[in-house]
Amino acid sequence: MLILDGVSVEVAGKEILHDISMEVEPGKTHVLFGPNGTGKTTLLMTIMGFSGYKVTKGKIFYKGEDITKLPLYERARMGIGMSFQRPPTIRGLKTRQLVALCAKMKKDPEELARRLNFTEFLDRDVNSNLSGGEIKKSELLQLMAQNPDLVLLDEPESGVDLENIALVGEVIAELLDKAIKHFDEPMIEHKKKRKKSGIIITHTGFIMRYVKADVGHVILNGRLSCASNPEEIFACVGKFGYEECVRCMI
Amino acid sequence: MHDLKERAKKALKKKAAIGRDIDLSKYKLETSHEKASLAQISETDLLSAGIIPSGKGRSGSYIQEDHSVAHCNITQQGVEVSTIADALAKYDWLKDYWWKALEVDTDKYTAFTELQPPQGYFMRVEAGKKTDFPLQACLYMEEEGVLQAVHNIVIAEEGAEMNIITGCTTASSLQSGLHLGVSEFYVKKGAKITFTMIHNWKEDVVVRPRTGIIVEEGGVFISNYVSLKQVKDLQTFPTAYLNGDNAIARFSSILVAPEGSYLDTGARVYLKGRGSRSEIISRTISSGGTIIARGHLIGDAEDIKAHLECQGLILTERGIIHAIPELEGRLSGVDMSHEAAVGKIAQEEIEYLMARGLSEEEATATIVRGFLNVEIEGLPPELKREIDRAIAESENDLF
Repeated sequence: MLILDGVSVEVAGKEILHDISMEVEPGKTHVLFGPNGTGKTTLLMTIMGFSGYKVTKGKIFYKGEDITKLPLYERARMGIGMSFQRPPTIRGLKTRQLVALCAKMKKDPEELARRLNFTEFLDRDVNSNLSGGEIKKSELLQLMAQNPDLVLLDEPESGVDLENIALVGEVIAELLDKAIKHFDEPMIEHKKKRKKSGIIITHTGFIMRYVKADVGHVILNGRLSCASNPEEIFACVGKFGYEECVRCMI
Repeated sequence: MHDLKERAKKALKKKAAIGRDIDLSKYKLETSHEKASLAQISETDLLSAGIIPSGKGRSGSYIQEDHSVAHCNITQQGVEVSTIADALAKYDWLKDYWWKALEVDTDKYTAFTELQPPQGYFMRVEAGKKTDFPLQACLYMEEEGVLQAVHNIVIAEEGAEMNIITGCTTASSLQSGLHLGVSEFYVKKGAKITFTMIHNWKEDVVVRPRTGIIVEEGGVFISNYVSLKQVKDLQTFPTAYLNGDNAIARFSSILVAPEGSYLDTGARVYLKGRGSRSEIISRTISSGGTIIARGHLIGDAEDIKAHLECQGLILTERGIIHAIPELEGRLSGVDMSHEAAVGKIAQEEIEYLMARGLSEEEATATIVRGFLNVEIEGLPPELKREIDRAIAESENDLF
C-alpha cells in the first residue's frame, strides 16, 4: 500500500527526518511512538504531501505509484486521508458543508455525525470553538466521509474524555476495517480481504485498546528504529524509556 | 426651511471630512427623458440589485430612474411608501424630521442635495405594525454622466417593524455618474428597522451617501451593506445615535473591490442611552482595488457594550485594505472591544481543505465563500437569500 524508500525530509531548511524506510501493507495498521518533536507528525505531513515538507532524498510509493512529487489533493483523491492534531478554523464554512464536500455529496453528514454524537456541532464553523476532544471527532467525521484507503491519524485520542474514548476508538477501528463484529464469513476470511491501512501516532497507547495494531515503530531524533510488535514496544518504552527501547530493539 | 437653504448655500463648497473631493459641475442634472416608466428599465439590472420588478413578495416598492419616479406602490395597510415630495406636501409634521438626523451643511453633497427640488422616497410604518414582506427601493441611474441627488426619510413608529431592501444600480449601458443619497432613519421606542442595501455600481460611478440614524429606547437598527461590483469611488460613513436606553445598532458590510475600485466605508455609533449596544462588522476582499474600512464607536453611557470587527482578505498581489477601527470610551462603565485582521488566505487553511481532496482553486473559493458568509443576527431569511444570491453571482468575477 505504502512504501517509503530512504526518505529524508527538510522543514524550513533543516533536515528533520533521515533516511526513513518503511512499508505498510494493505490491511495493516502501524503505530508510531516517540518523544515530542522527534518527527512523527513530520512523517505523516510528508506522506500527505504538505508544502513545507521537502523530500530531499528517497521516494514515496502509494498503490505502486511514485507519489513523491504529487500534489496534496491528488494524494487525497487517491485515497490518503489524515486527521490533524491542531486543524485551522475556517470562518463561515460549516462543518456540515465540509463533511458533504469530503463525501463528494454522496453521504449524509447528519447520519455520519450521529455515529459520533456530533450532530449538534454540524452547523458550527469548521473547528471553531471546539474542545480538544471535539476537534478529534470533527476530524474523524471528515475521514468517515472521505473513506480513505490509507488513514493517517495524529494522536487521535489526545484530549478525548474517558466517556468518548471508546466511541472514538470504535470509529477508528471501523475506518480501518478492524472493528470486531459479527461477519457472515469466518473472521480469517474477512481479515484476508481487509484492505484499509493506517499509521497512528500515539503517546498514551489508549487507542491500541480499540484498534489492534499490527506493527510498531519508534522515531527518535528523526530516525525510524524498528518494526516490531507494537504492544511489546509500548511496554518497553513504558518501563525503560525511548532511548533504552531503541537500543534494545536495534 | 428658508434657514436650511441659507445654510446649504454657504456649505456648497465645503469639502467632506473624508474621501476625495468630487467636482459636481462635471455631472449633469438635466436628462433627456422627462418621464420614467418601469417598462423602460431592464429587469436584469433590477434583479441583480435584489429588486423584484413585479413587486411580488414585497409589501411596497419605490423605483426612481435618474430624476423621476418610475414606480411607486404599497400593498399593505399601515405601511406608507411615497415620493418625498408628496410626503412633504401631505404632512406638515415631516419638517420636524427634515435634516434632524444629520446636518444640512455637513458638506457640499448634503448642501447640494438640499438645493435641488426634493427627490427620493418616504417610508413609514404605523405604530405597532409590521411589514409582511420587505419594502423595496431602487435608485436607478440611466443617463450617461447623470447626477442623482435624493433625500430619503424612513420612520418606524413606536413598536413598528420594517424590513427594507434597497438596490442602487445603473443601466448596463451607463459608465459614469454621480449618486448623492441623503437618508434619515428614525427608529422610535421599541421599533425595529432592518435595512439591506445591495449596490451594483459601474467602473466610473462616484457615490456619496450621507446617512443619519436616530434610535429611541429599546429600538433596533440593523444595516447590511453589500457592494461586490466595481465602483470608481464610494465614500460612506453613516452615523447612528443611540439616544434611548437599551437601543441597538448593528452594521455589517460585505465589500469586494476589484481593480479600479475605491471604497471608503464604515459607520459611527454614539452610544448615549444606558445599556445600549452596537456592533460594526466588515468583511472586505480586495482583488486589486482599495478598501478603507472604518468604524468609530463612542461609548457615552453606563453599561453600554460595543464591538468592532474588520476582517480583510487581499487576494491579488496588489490591493489595499486599510482598517481604521476606533473606540472612544467616555466613562468607566463601558465595555468596548475591537478586532481587525488583514492579510491573504492562510496557506494552512487552503492545504487543510486540499487534504480533503479539494484542488487549490476549489479550496480558495470555499474559504472566500465562508469569509463572506457573515451571520447577521436578526436578518430576515428573505434578505439573507438576497445577500447570498449577490455573493454567488459575484464569485465568477473573483476567480
